[in-house]
Amino acid sequence: MAEAKRVERPLSPHLQIYRPQLTSITSILTRITGNGLIVGTILAVWWLLAAATSPEYFATADAVVTSWFGDLVFTASLWAIWYHYLAGLRHLYFDAGKGLDIPTAEKLGWACIGGSVILTIITIILVQ
Amino acid sequence: MRYLTDRKRAMGKGSAHSGTEHHWYMTVSAVALAFMVPTWLYIFGSALGGTQAEVVATFARPFPAILTGLVLFVGMQHFAKGATMMIEDYARGSARKALVILAISISYAITATGLFALIRIAL
Repeated sequence: MAEAKRVERPLSPHLQIYRPQLTSITSILTRITGNGLIVGTILAVWWLLAAATSPEYFATADAVVTSWFGDLVFTASLWAIWYHYLAGLRHLYFDAGKGLDIPTAEKLGWACIGGSVILTIITIILVQ
Repeated sequence: MRYLTDRKRAMGKGSAHSGTEHHWYMTVSAVALAFMVPTWLYIFGSALGGTQAEVVATFARPFPAILTGLVLFVGMQHFAKGATMMIEDYARGSARKALVILAISISYAITATGLFALIRIAL
């Protein structure tokens, strides 16, 4: 018979009843960093558009981009890129069916957190 | 009684009813971005804080211009699909539709703006 069987599937427990764990926090951070990067992207594209337009427009955009606000957005975005980068690589590794046992997954989680901070600092030093 | 076989009904469809294209696109674009982003970060970070002449000189060169265009296009498509995934997890009904349309539109608008700026600088 080709009729689809109606199965009573269990509902996934709500997020709020879980104790926060490293694996869940690092997963949620992947989503937050990825979506949050839209802010830095808009600022960067606006700055590039200003550079392409006129000296006056560039002066305005550059003043914002090099202000404390611009520094904050771009430094946060830089960390977000590196975090999302490492977490993305971790997802590719998980997709290959590897590293899914809890000790390895937690080690990879710490690697994402520590690695993203280290790579952020290295990038800032390199582009000075 | 339906005349489709079980296999035919299931072909290419996961729980999202659109197969695995979404996931596969995220995999492909993630790998592409993983190769491009470190170099791009160095180019963009070095250009940041320069004078307009320096910024224009950087992005007028072929490699920085092409790489920036690629990172922007692939990055924004990756964002559009990722943001869609997030919205589908948290919003329902018309709000979901409106937010997904908004996220995809913003992605295209930013891509077009960035490419326009790059073309204007590079040509």
